Amino acid sequence: MAEVSCRKVVKHYDGGVQAVKGIDLEIADREFVVLVGPSGCGKSTTLRMIAGLEEITEGEIWIGGDVVNDVPPRDRDIAMVFQNYALYPHMSVFDNMAFGLKLRKFPKDEIKRRVDEAARILDIGLLLERKPRALSGGQRQRVAMGRAIVRNPKVFLFDEPLSNLDAKLRVQMRTEIKKVHQTVRTTTVYVTHDQVEAMTLADRVVVMNHGVIEQIGSPQELYHNPTTRFVAGFIGSPAMNFLPARVQDGTNGGLAVHVSDSIVLPVPSSRLDRYGKYKGKEMVLGLRPEHLFEYHESGRPGWTRVDLPVDVVEPMGMETMVHFFIGHEPVCARVDPATHAEPGEMLPLTADLNQMHLMEVDSGRVV
Amino acid sequence: MSSSTAVAGAVPRTRRKQNSLHRQRAWALWASYTALGFFVVIFLAPPFYTLMTSLKSSAEISAQTGSPWIVHNPTLENFWYLITYPNFQTYYLNSAMITVGVVVISMTIAVLAAFSLARMGFWGSQTLATGVFLTYLIPASLLFLPLFQIVGKLGLINSVWCLLILYPTLAVPFCTWIMIGYFSSIPKELDEAALIDGAGYLQILWRIFIPVAMPGIIAATIFAFTVSWGAFLYPLAYLYTSNQMVLTVGIISDLIRGDVFQWGKIMAACLLASLPPIVIYAFLMDYYVAGLTAGATKG
Repeated sequence: MAEVSCRKVVKHYDGGVQAVKGIDLEIADREFVVLVGPSGCGKSTTLRMIAGLEEITEGEIWIGGDVVNDVPPRDRDIAMVFQNYALYPHMSVFDNMAFGLKLRKFPKDEIKRRVDEAARILDIGLLLERKPRALSGGQRQRVAMGRAIVRNPKVFLFDEPLSNLDAKLRVQMRTEIKKVHQTVRTTTVYVTHDQVEAMTLADRVVVMNHGVIEQIGSPQELYHNPTTRFVAGFIGSPAMNFLPARVQDGTNGGLAVHVSDSIVLPVPSSRLDRYGKYKGKEMVLGLRPEHLFEYHESGRPGWTRVDLPVDVVEPMGMETMVHFFIGHEPVCARVDPATHAEPGEMLPLTADLNQMHLMEVDSGRVV
Repeated sequence: MSSSTAVAGAVPRTRRKQNSLHRQRAWALWASYTALGFFVVIFLAPPFYTLMTSLKSSAEISAQTGSPWIVHNPTLENFWYLITYPNFQTYYLNSAMITVGVVVISMTIAVLAAFSLARMGFWGSQTLATGVFLTYLIPASLLFLPLFQIVGKLGLINSVWCLLILYPTLAVPFCTWIMIGYFSSIPKELDEAALIDGAGYLQILWRIFIPVAMPGIIAATIFAFTVSWGAFLYPLAYLYTSNQMVLTVGIISDLIRGDVFQWGKIMAACLLASLPPIVIYAFLMDYYVAGLTAGATKG
């Protein structure tokens, strides 16, 4: 058990590519932190630097109170689970899990005790004699996790462990990983490009983009209070709608957001102070699909009616996605499946402006 | 009635389609069998002739009556002569000793070299890997004269041990090349997992790479064996007394006396000398093929 911290960590590759541009990250003991971001954002490189598989160009990485910049991976007391499992193909499941302990010269009965315990946690007790090629994808991933658990390391590192599994198994294994963490409570750093995985697993999510950290926060915090347009767009599925808009005077001395001549949205009174200084400026309005839904006669404060021409309807069962265009910008709404929507028709909708976000056009900062 | 007519009408159409496919396949098979049969005959005729001649007495060979492909009075006298002939025993022993030594030396060097070139990613490793392969392209016939100087300086002219130094120069480059291909096909995450599990480079090589790459190692071993067992030029150039001789040169220098060719004994000696490679190939052929094609099929 240990805390991990990255201080001003930079990674340059030989070709002049800067994969990680000075990140600061404090991970508490027993915490489950997920690094998430698009391909090439530097999340895997960061994880590999923590593991010691990549050298650190600048900055310091601390594990459990020690700087580990020059410590080889085997002496960092970490365990890693890889995307392609990286099981030793010539060894049985038992030997795969025992390999690290054997190298560290653990007594035989201790090795057996630990492997049996990990196998029990992961429910792979009956597979111990099999070779990896005789296992399914999900079973292999369990063995890879077992190999990490038996070592009882200070830190678990997961590098996109579920990306090779099919959708159904991925959801199942996600729950397994969460359960394992609840059982063993080891500090965990988990890398994924899947924001759903990040949201469901993490105590805290670190959103990375272009080698820098965009935002760190709990899943709820990132969802409700993104600080940048990138985070607002990356977290949440389907992604947030973005529309060019202008802040202008509204009725009764208030403010309004002008999206188009037919769509002028009154700013809720709680936000007047925040948005006042942007009056007259071109901004970007952000509104999640779940905050744009079927019209209700009895509205609440901050709810506004908007009528939009339906472009495409996607029934999903428990909800229906309806797509529109405002100008050239695509917009998605999440409506009750009972709502009647036909392509070409005007559909009355409610926009919940209590959940709106305004962003600066140039910096993408949420105001 | 109408339905049966319809069915009857449909059947010939389908059959014609099947027939044309069937005929194409038949043609392909027929052509394959002809080509393969031709090659089998071409390749097996010499060993068969060797076997027939080795079973003949000198008198039957020199009589030249009847077909030379048939033995009239088979005898094992040639084999018996060789087995009890001290020189032949020395050649066999020398060949076996040198080959075992060469295989061990070559494989040790090749596996270590291939592992470092394929995995340790040091500066210039790519260039070195290409260089290793280029040395394989230089024919031994170009090298044996300058090598004579070196072997002479080492005081190893007419010592069978000089082959322990010379043969690896033939075997190591190609074995290294096979092993680089094989090691490169092992996913990088496997060494990383082992590094994190606590293994050093030598442990990764010994406990992960060698077991996983066993087909490649067997292929390379067979190659090193073949090179060492069958090499002709170096022993011909550097060895001249029969107590230092190996099989390849020993057979012809001992059994051809002036213009007297002891054909029966030469053929029997060739067969006896071919036994170890035949046995090894027969048992390890599958590994050999798998090892040679590993780089091509595994991404």
